[in-house]
Amino acid sequence: MQATEADIKETVKDYILSEFLPGESPDALDDSTLLITSGVLDSIATVKIVSFLEEKYGIELEAHELSPEYLNTLSDIARLVTARIAPK
Amino acid sequence: MASTVSPAVKRHQIGSPASTGGLPAAETAGPAKGTLSRLLRDSVERHPDRISVEDPTSGAAITYRELGERTGELRDALERHGINAGDRVGVCAPKSVATVTAIFGILEARAAYVPVDAGAPPQRNAGIFEDCSVRMMVVAKSLVDDLRTAAPEYRLDTLQELRDDLLLVRGMENESVAPLPAATAAQEGPSPTDLAYILYTSGSTGKPKGVIHTHASALSFVDWCSGVFEPTELDRFSSHAPFHFDLSILDLYVPIKHGATLVLIGEEVGKQPLRLASLIAEQRITVWYSTPSILRLLADFGRLARYDHSSLRLVLFAGEVFPVKHLRTLKAFWPRPRYFNLYGPTETNVCTFLEVPAEIPDSQTAPFPIGWTCMNDRTRVVDEHDQDVACGEEGELCVSGGTVMQGYWNLPERTEHAFLRDSAGLGWYRTGDVVRESDDGCYDYIGRRDRMVKRRGYRVELAEIEAALYRHPSIAAAAVTASPDEDSGVRLDAFVVCSIGTRCSVIEMKQFCAENLPMYMVPDRFIFREAFPETSTGKIDYQQLKGSSLT
Repeated sequence: MQATEADIKETVKDYILSEFLPGESPDALDDSTLLITSGVLDSIATVKIVSFLEEKYGIELEAHELSPEYLNTLSDIARLVTARIAPK
Repeated sequence: MASTVSPAVKRHQIGSPASTGGLPAAETAGPAKGTLSRLLRDSVERHPDRISVEDPTSGAAITYRELGERTGELRDALERHGINAGDRVGVCAPKSVATVTAIFGILEARAAYVPVDAGAPPQRNAGIFEDCSVRMMVVAKSLVDDLRTAAPEYRLDTLQELRDDLLLVRGMENESVAPLPAATAAQEGPSPTDLAYILYTSGSTGKPKGVIHTHASALSFVDWCSGVFEPTELDRFSSHAPFHFDLSILDLYVPIKHGATLVLIGEEVGKQPLRLASLIAEQRITVWYSTPSILRLLADFGRLARYDHSSLRLVLFAGEVFPVKHLRTLKAFWPRPRYFNLYGPTETNVCTFLEVPAEIPDSQTAPFPIGWTCMNDRTRVVDEHDQDVACGEEGELCVSGGTVMQGYWNLPERTEHAFLRDSAGLGWYRTGDVVRESDDGCYDYIGRRDRMVKRRGYRVELAEIEAALYRHPSIAAAAVTASPDEDSGVRLDAFVVCSIGTRCSVIEMKQFCAENLPMYMVPDRFIFREAFPETSTGKIDYQQLKGSSLT
C-alpha cells in the first residue's frame, strides 16, 4: 500500500526528532515549522534527510529539489515525496 | 633515536617529503617580495586572453584583461570617494566575479579588504565592520537594507552603484580606532608591508577578532604553494571556501599568480554534494581545495561513481582532521589525484603539510599527521613554561616566519599574548594546538589547549556560543561542550538552565542561535537542566556535564 501524505509526515517527523532534535517535545514540531530557513536544520542535516527519503521510499530526488523551496517544512517534504512515488 | 642536538627550531628537514613536493631550492627565507595585486598585473600581461574567473552558477566568465580593467575601475571608484592607503573596506556579498574584482580593486587602492559571511546575522557583520572601522563597504544590493537596520547609528549612504548588483557604501568609521602607522608615500599600487586583508575568527570573549595579514605574509604562503603544487595556466582551481574563510587565500591568489582559472562555487551549491559532483565534472576542475567535511559529504552523498572526475590532479584539504575511514572512501572513488593535508591557523596561513600516501593501509585507523614545516616558516614545540620539549613529547606548536600574521586588529594585548618572544626578540605565534614531533620532524596533532574547536573547518570558541545563549531572555545559564562525533566530526552540546517559570524548546533555541550566530556555531543538541554541577571552586564542571547523558 502506498504511503499517504499524512504517513510520510509522521515518518519524517519521527526521523527528524530522533536524529536532529533529541529531547524535543513532539508538539513543538508541526507541519509548518520552518526547518531550513530558520536554522533548525543545517546543510548536513538536509543532505541526510534527502538520503533517508530516497532509501525509505525508493525514490531519487533531483539536485535542484534539494533546496529549502522543497524541503523547508514537513508539509513540503511530504508533498515532494508524494509527487515522486505517485504512479506515473 | 634520541634528539641530543635537538634543534628546537625545525625547518624543512631530512625525511620531509621534499622529493615528492617539488619544493624550490632554499630561496625562501625572509619576507616575500611583491604584492597580491602585482600577481594579477603580471598575469594580465602574460595571459591577457585566458579566462581568469568563471562563475558556473551565473555563467559569467572574464579574461585576465577584463579582470585587470575592472579592477582598475574599482580602484578608481574607491579613490574618487577618498580611500587612503591603509583604510579598510568591508565586503559583504555572495561569491561572484564582481566580488573577486572588488577584492583586487581594494588591494590595488592600497586598502585592506574585510570579507564577512553574507549569510551571517547582520548584527554580527556590522559589529565586525565597526570593530575595524571600515571607511567604505562593497555590499550586495540585496543585503544593504539588513546592514542599515543592524547599524542605525551610521549613515550607510550609497556612494556608487558598481557592476552586477554591488554597491559601494559609506563605511562605519569608528573614532575609537587609532589610525594605522602612516603609510609610505604615494606610489603606484600597494607595497609588501601594507595590510592586505583582515579575517575575523571566533573570539573567546564572545566577540570575533580580526587577524591581520599583509601582502607579504599572504604572498609568502602563495609562493610556497607554487613550489609544492606546481600550478600552470591550464589548471582550473575550485573556489569552494567563502572569502571570509582563510582557505580562500589559496583559491584566490594561487590561480591568479599562474594565469590559471578560478572556478567560483557559491554558498548554496557548495553545500549540496550532488551539485558539487556534477560541477567538478562539468568544469573539469584540476585542483580541489576544501575542508574534509565537504569531501566527506561528496564521498557519502555525491554519487561520485556516476561522474567523470579524471581532470582532478590535486585534492587539498585543511581546517580539521580528516578521519581516515572517510579519506579511504574518497580515495576509492578518486584514486588518481595526489592528496595533501594542509595545516595552519588563520594567524599563520598553512605552516605544515603532508602528502597522503597513494595507498592507505587497511590497518590504519589514526588520522594522518599534520606533517612537516613549510619552507617559509619555522616551528617549535614548547611546554607550559615556554621551554622546548624533546621529540616524542607533547607540547604547544609555535610558528614563526614569513606566513605569520601581523597581529589582531586593535587588540595589542591579545597580540602580545599570542606570541612567544624568544631571546632574540623573534615572535612565535602560539597556535594553541598540542602536537608531538616524531624523529623525522613530522608533527602529530593531539588536541587543543583551550576551549576552541574546529567545526566544518571553522574555528569555534565555545565561549562565543555561550555568550550568545546568555542573550536569550529565558536562559539563566548556558554551557557548551564539544565531543568527537563519528558522523559530523565534532558534536556541540548546549546545556541550558531556563529561568524559573519559563520553558524553552529545542527548536526555539536553534532558531535563536541561527539568528545570532553563523550556522556552523549552532549547537547540535540542547539539553535542559535544573542546575549545573560545580567544581570545588564554584565553576561549572564541564567534565561532569559532558559525562551526563541526554535524558
